[in-house]
Amino acid sequence: MKIVNLLRIALRAIRRNKMRSFLTMLGIIIGVGAVIAMIAIGQGSKQSIQSQITAMGSNMITIRPNSNIQGGARMDAGNVQTLSEPDVTALRNNAASISALSPLVSARGQAINGPDNWTSSLQGVSSDYLSIRSWPLKEGVVFTDQDVKAATKVCLVGQTVASNLFPNGDDPVGKTIRFKNIPFRIIGLLDKKGENAFGQDQDDIILTPFTTVQKRISATIYYQAIFASAINDQSTSNAVDEIQQILRTSHRLQKGMDDDFTVRTQAELISTFTSTSQILTVLLAVIAGISLVVGGIGIMNIMYVSVTERTKEIGLRMSVGARGVDILMQFLIEAIVISITGGLIGVVLGIAATRGVSLFLHWPTLITQSSVVLSFMVCFITGVFFGYYPALKASRLDPIEALHYE
Amino acid sequence: MIVDIRNLRREFRMGEEMVRALNDISFTITAGEFVTIMGSSGSGKTTLLNIMDCLDRPTSGEYFLDGVDVSQLSKNELAGYHNRKLGFIFQAYNLLARTSALENVELPLMYNKKFSPRQRRDKAMETLKNVRLADRMHHMPSQLSGGQQQRVAIARALVNDPVMVLADEATGNLDSRTSYEIMMLIQELNEMHGKTIVFVTHEPDIALFSKRTITLRDGKIIKDANNNHVRNAKEVLANLASLTEIQNP
Repeated sequence: MKIVNLLRIALRAIRRNKMRSFLTMLGIIIGVGAVIAMIAIGQGSKQSIQSQITAMGSNMITIRPNSNIQGGARMDAGNVQTLSEPDVTALRNNAASISALSPLVSARGQAINGPDNWTSSLQGVSSDYLSIRSWPLKEGVVFTDQDVKAATKVCLVGQTVASNLFPNGDDPVGKTIRFKNIPFRIIGLLDKKGENAFGQDQDDIILTPFTTVQKRISATIYYQAIFASAINDQSTSNAVDEIQQILRTSHRLQKGMDDDFTVRTQAELISTFTSTSQILTVLLAVIAGISLVVGGIGIMNIMYVSVTERTKEIGLRMSVGARGVDILMQFLIEAIVISITGGLIGVVLGIAATRGVSLFLHWPTLITQSSVVLSFMVCFITGVFFGYYPALKASRLDPIEALHYE
Repeated sequence: MIVDIRNLRREFRMGEEMVRALNDISFTITAGEFVTIMGSSGSGKTTLLNIMDCLDRPTSGEYFLDGVDVSQLSKNELAGYHNRKLGFIFQAYNLLARTSALENVELPLMYNKKFSPRQRRDKAMETLKNVRLADRMHHMPSQLSGGQQQRVAIARALVNDPVMVLADEATGNLDSRTSYEIMMLIQELNEMHGKTIVFVTHEPDIALFSKRTITLRDGKIIKDANNNHVRNAKEVLANLASLTEIQNP
């Protein structure tokens, strides 16, 4: 028997029982629609987290001092003083995968402009810092290497600081503010960066040459962190290896000794966050998958009823020359047609539901090709798997008994 | 020789008991014969017919159909035999519901790879014309009378040009007038188209239309006789018509 004939028979049988076929499909439609919508929501939130983190800086690598053991006592990781000038010099001279470097020395305190004051964080950095963080200036200029050498009292202010110190909307550039009683001349205004992934206001910041903080405020030769930028995405992990090598050498760490610093990349941060939303996606997909299985059982149930109901038809077909395999294929194809039609409708419905979610709830969504292909494949397999057994039952009927079935 | 049956036995197990439905049956049918098989219920005539239609296999004995020992064939080969060599007419018509007359007749050809959809349609239409149902082609079985439904079933049995047509009480569900119409069609098939016909019935009245009658009782052939006074269904119908005219002038 030709497949075309089988297809025609299956379509005819489905058309003859429109309502029943539709209800059977409904299980599959809901299952597939749910899988696609759920995965789209999961993927969407994952992607939005990813892009938020990337916005924090391009290929950014952070080096922070790590707890080390001094006289048998583990030191507090944040206050350990291991990163300093020679490290930056060594990295600048030896690390081939790094394009920009900036130390970080920060201090908290009150900034004053006439009657207005605001407590903020003064961060000492190099002139490369803004490019590492991919943070453009709105107005003014960035301080130069010359300013760094001379520990000039100049600064760049973030939007939050500017609006609090200049509440009447004056242009802050060119004005002088006082931070811990030291006058700083504002030479630039930073663009708005917004909140980071942790909800901190990134615009509540004052940037100044790191030497200025070291010499005039903190009186230290150490850095709290070093920021670096890898040449490109692919070289990030190379850059991390290089940094580890160079810093171990410059800190004279013996083989077997722990690093006294940690190197983190954006990729690690991304994976930490996305793993959470990955779990969410899997969870949603599993729930949706269960509904797909339930839909499949619906198909099996109806196919069983259909086989019993059409016992006489099966007997007749056999008596005019249908082989067992013809009957098997007939019912199998009917099940597959039902599940695939349901699948197609489900795909359309899933995409529509996803659109609805992003339109009305403003949730980030992302329909991936793989989720559509996957749910469609599952649908086909469901049809074959749940259709096979009833079809096999039909093909094994005895034609004489089947013909006399009432 | 279309049918050559030798020492055929068929036993069924009914719980503990063995039932001998057919007990040592032998007969032959030559091409172009019109044979009726008579017998009361339980005489084994349906069992015999099922074996002759290759739907059932004998417990022992041989059955040569068109020169081939079909009792040795596999299930799939038997399916091919129904399809190419045999046509079957049922008492209850057994048409597919909500399927047009034409599609019902096309059914056996659906299982024959040699026919394209176009050829299948043409052949089915031609066969329906032969049973004088050309104007009812697209009717559903529920829109047809019993006699018309049986004619669709006959067309279905003929569509694959079988070497032999088997009928199981084909007039059992019909009134006598319609029965005669069907018998007329069957006689036509036999005489004009040379089809071999095996017709099972328990009505002696119907058996008179055939040239030979085999009578079964308790699984054995008790009588196998030629009929010297074959009734002509066309004449019977004509008489019936004139009778009706006399009663309703």
